[in-house]
Amino acid sequence: MSLKRKDLLSLVPLSVDEIMLVLETADSFKEVTGREIKKVPALRGKTVVNLFFEPSTRTRTSFELAAKRLSADVINFSPSSSSVVKGETLLDTARNIEAMQADIIVLRHSSAGAAETLANGVKSSVINAGDGWHEHPTQALLDLYTIRQRGMNFHGLRVAIVGDVSHSRVARSNIYALIKLGAEVRLVGPPTMMPCGVEKLGVKVYYDMDEGLRGANVIMMLRLQLERQGRAQFPTIREYSRLYGLTVERVRLADAGAIVMHPGPINRGVEIAPDVADSLSSVILDQVANGVAVRMGILYLMSGAN
Amino acid sequence: MMTTPLNKSVERKDEKLIMDAGDISRAMIRIAHEILERNKGVKDLALVGIRTGGVHLAHRLVKRIHSIEGVLVPIGELDITLYRDDLALRKNQPILRKTSVPFDMTNKVVVLVDDVLFTGRTIRAAMDGLMDLGRPEEIQLAVLVDRGHRQLPIKANYIGKNLPTSRDEQVQVLLDEDGEDDRVVILKS
Repeated sequence: MSLKRKDLLSLVPLSVDEIMLVLETADSFKEVTGREIKKVPALRGKTVVNLFFEPSTRTRTSFELAAKRLSADVINFSPSSSSVVKGETLLDTARNIEAMQADIIVLRHSSAGAAETLANGVKSSVINAGDGWHEHPTQALLDLYTIRQRGMNFHGLRVAIVGDVSHSRVARSNIYALIKLGAEVRLVGPPTMMPCGVEKLGVKVYYDMDEGLRGANVIMMLRLQLERQGRAQFPTIREYSRLYGLTVERVRLADAGAIVMHPGPINRGVEIAPDVADSLSSVILDQVANGVAVRMGILYLMSGAN
Repeated sequence: MMTTPLNKSVERKDEKLIMDAGDISRAMIRIAHEILERNKGVKDLALVGIRTGGVHLAHRLVKRIHSIEGVLVPIGELDITLYRDDLALRKNQPILRKTSVPFDMTNKVVVLVDDVLFTGRTIRAAMDGLMDLGRPEEIQLAVLVDRGHRQLPIKANYIGKNLPTSRDEQVQVLLDEDGEDDRVVILKS
């Protein structure tokens, strides 16, 4: 079993076996990240370029740390400090990076499909680190890893994804993967934030949060994109928070051993109450810690010779 | 305790039998004694098996040493994949397995255990892997079979059997722990 792919753009084409391979490989790297010397020579001589057209601290740092712990050379490239402001196209930028012999390009872009465009245009491997509202596959993989780490089995697992589903690439990647793995996926949020016809993917939609959380094993909160307020999706933050904010009382509706996840950055007191974010059922910081191990696994699996 | 049927012939088609279960068992007993003799007992001694065959053999040696000295020496399991020298050349990356060395190696005499010693590249990788986990006082090497053809200046301290081979022959150590009858064979091509 191996990941015979040049790129990781989406979780749609990945088989269950491939997803499990990534999680098991990440397990081995989890041991490495627990060592005193957190570095292995596996990617010596390889170059990883973080090409981030959107602001990101967590994901970029996580990829950077992952690549460095594998002994790869890492270059961070962001548009504010580059020729993009001078009008260079995405492909031209990428071809220039490729000409410097980048083996793997990690791309974050505000347009859905940017990663695929890039992958079709360059010989380097491309990893999608979030493209518009489309997908964020490595986030979903680290979410799956965190769920599995808690000893949960995906088959029949009740996962409630709560919030602005329609604008969430994290939600989309998680939905695709969780359905594939046999989980029961519930989407919870106001109708204005639910993509049309999403039920066709095999998910259940709930507009009432309490109902959606009942008996859930995993509560996956999405960040409320405050910058969208005033675009007729929700009247006030206070109202949203009252209807779809995760409180201690609401966590009690879920299964007794339920875990609370959030891809970050969290809006304390908006989609998640501070005492929930800091509670024992919260695995938010585990997600961040696991992110490095999972990305090490992905970089390792994709670093085979071309 | 393992029961090893002595002189049980397990020769099969396409295999040339080199060691049977009894031979392997006797070699392990001898190696256990040699390790204890050389290190004057079990003080500061630890064993680390190289995945996967070496791990099984290391566990067997720990049992043997326990039956001689009454002490269970610490044991670790090492996956050398990330330290291979051919990672950059391979199209598909080999499957990673877990490394687990649950003791502090500082000031310990670590005996690396592997099934077959061939080019020496695995042992080079294993030594680099060990060094990343700590600073052992000394590293020694125990192998069940030394088949020659070294490509690096590496030598074993404890050898079950010296086996002259040609470079393209395939030597396999099959072990009970993997659901096989214990034996060492050369595959006939």
